[in-house]
Amino acid sequence: MATRPMTDKDAATDAFRQEVCQFLTDHFPPELKGKGNPMAGIESDLRETEPQRRWRESMGSRGWGTPTWPTAYGGGGLSRKQAAILSEELTRAGAYNPIGGMGVMMFGPTLLEYGNEQQKQEHIPPICRGEIRWCQGYSEPNAGSDLANLQTTAEDKGDHYLVNGQKTWTSGGQWADKCFCLVRTDRSDKHKGISFLLIDMRAPGVEVRPIRMISGLSPFCETFFTDVKVPKENLVGREGEGWTIGKRLLQHERTNLSGGGSTGRMTGQRLPDLAKKYHETDASGALADKVLRDRIADFEIRWGAFLLTARRAAEESKAQGGVSEISSVLKKLGTKLGQERSELIIGIMGLQGLGWEGEGFSETELAGVRAWLFGKATTIYGGSTEIQNNIIAKRVLGMLDHQ
Amino acid sequence: MAVLSEEQEMLRDMAREWVVNESPVAKFRAVRASGEPRAYDLATYATMAQMGWTGVIIPEAFGGTDFGWLSAGMIFEEMGKTVTASPLMATTLTAAAIMLGGSDEQKAKWLPQLASGAVIGTLAIDEGPHHAPHRLATTVANGRLTGTKAFVHEAHDAALFVVAAADGLYVVEADSAENAGSVRVATRHLADMRSHALVMFEGASAEKLAAGPEDLLDQLLDRARILTACEMLGMAQAVFDTTLDYLKQRVQFNQALSSFQALQHRMADLFGELAMMRSAVEGGLQALDAGMMVAQAATIAKAEANRVLHIISREGVQLHGGIGMTDEYDIGFYLKRARVLESSWGSTSFLKDRFAKISGY
Repeated sequence: MATRPMTDKDAATDAFRQEVCQFLTDHFPPELKGKGNPMAGIESDLRETEPQRRWRESMGSRGWGTPTWPTAYGGGGLSRKQAAILSEELTRAGAYNPIGGMGVMMFGPTLLEYGNEQQKQEHIPPICRGEIRWCQGYSEPNAGSDLANLQTTAEDKGDHYLVNGQKTWTSGGQWADKCFCLVRTDRSDKHKGISFLLIDMRAPGVEVRPIRMISGLSPFCETFFTDVKVPKENLVGREGEGWTIGKRLLQHERTNLSGGGSTGRMTGQRLPDLAKKYHETDASGALADKVLRDRIADFEIRWGAFLLTARRAAEESKAQGGVSEISSVLKKLGTKLGQERSELIIGIMGLQGLGWEGEGFSETELAGVRAWLFGKATTIYGGSTEIQNNIIAKRVLGMLDHQ
Repeated sequence: MAVLSEEQEMLRDMAREWVVNESPVAKFRAVRASGEPRAYDLATYATMAQMGWTGVIIPEAFGGTDFGWLSAGMIFEEMGKTVTASPLMATTLTAAAIMLGGSDEQKAKWLPQLASGAVIGTLAIDEGPHHAPHRLATTVANGRLTGTKAFVHEAHDAALFVVAAADGLYVVEADSAENAGSVRVATRHLADMRSHALVMFEGASAEKLAAGPEDLLDQLLDRARILTACEMLGMAQAVFDTTLDYLKQRVQFNQALSSFQALQHRMADLFGELAMMRSAVEGGLQALDAGMMVAQAATIAKAEANRVLHIISREGVQLHGGIGMTDEYDIGFYLKRARVLESSWGSTSFLKDRFAKISGY
């Protein structure tokens, strides 16, 4: 095949790639190479080492942690193609994007869409620099799947709102600086009485209690608001628009929960390699246990199809601009497969794969059991699978409830 | 749906419109009623050839349009939606075999005739009811091929057979004077009422496709798997759409069936499975066009097609209730065709074994 002639476009692309490489040489601390992102999990505390801090600041001040966000608010202002090049070069250099969390994945994109100029100027730049951690104040003890039943109230006190109530399953609440919260400003209408309010977690009257989970970890918290004063300018959109804005944010959440976020972290070990470590192989190097081999192949084929689905959804949303209702399908599929994978992993390891703590177990084994248990949350949080099924049936397929 | 180029989008829209208007399921009913063993409508196929569909994957130098695999796949998907019967896929795969393994001379001889639709071709690979392409008894001695091929698709009108023998692929010209009497075709009626036959080659003159890669047969079969999966995708989509429409129309207990949550969630499940199937099938086509990781992609495509079409065709009948059991209703055609295609070019167990093998376990 003939080589394509070099165009201006290619030249610009090459120049950008060189710029990225130079930046990495100048700023990426070599001691972090291949270490992975220390802040990838929501269950992690923010205790940075000195090189980690420098790397975060370098990327943050350049806006490259949020590469496609507008430069006016501290983003990188890159095209999608440039962002892809940046990501490729980060991977090639063994580096990672140190800017992440709920601010990047969910709140930022939503505020860029619905926030006013002042709010964007105030909140987006610290997200781009990785200085502020956000948490999500959605679920309540009596508002889980029936989220719109939420009862936390924000009472209009003239120059501020007075917030009272309880949120639960606040991921990373114990480490968060701020909370984007759904509150009730009107009791007369279930959906139109909800507003989207930003609350400082350090404000007097905010109390956070971690919840111990079946995995032994405490990534979620209960959050109590008692007479918390919140400035009026922290209302996003108008009063009563919280349900619309909040749902939009959930679309961003689902996309992240299914594709990049939760599953991306699990792809470390290939199932067949793990199986060969714990089971015999025959003369040809194939797994001797043909039933197990079949189960793994069965899973790997569907996993392959899911990765192709995630890629297709990303390409389509790029072509159409923004996340879509297909995010419900991705969330439903990805979380189920992720759980299946976890079950396979501990099954492959046998009782060795159920080690809880202490001697006699490798790090992988201990991590496997925690991941398996933590993973049970994935089909419940972010809108349970049953809620996703309702969304798919009603919004996508047009199957309406009877009047 | 994959993001398409303008050209591909035009082709797809044209195929979609044509299939709906010119080749609805009623056309297949007529074909079935005619009882002709070829089991397709000659005029319909002639139109396909006129539209250039026989040459979609064939290079322009040989009279094709070279639109690529994704384009071909979209046509088969649309045809699957109305269970359109034709020898188009068999002919396309015959061309693929010659493109992969034919000499310049063989390409020059056959590709233009296949591209124009003048010659119908088909693959004769398996020798029993299971796909087992590496256990073949067919042999060739002194250019004469002997063997029996089972359940050959579209053999009735085929003038050119691509035949798998123990030592490679051969082309056999069925109509040549030399081969008079040495290629016999015996009809096998399967539940899908399409063209299937036992084909007996008795010392038929055969020419080897000797210019291809070592794994020529596997490469050809990967193409067969992917294109078959395309037809299956169209079928699954049609069954899903028809079922969804039916649930919205059918009233029981004074309400549309679609308002029952038990049925809503079943349809949401099927919708998710269909998304997986579409991604897997389009992934296969894209792998072919890119020439990368084809074996893996083909296995995923056909395995997912098998799995999902199986579920959807079964659920489609169940969700239709009694009317889905009637011959008057179309959905039974999809169920019967589904099982035939699930067993063609690799059942699910064959494909899982193959996937594990190529992945090194």
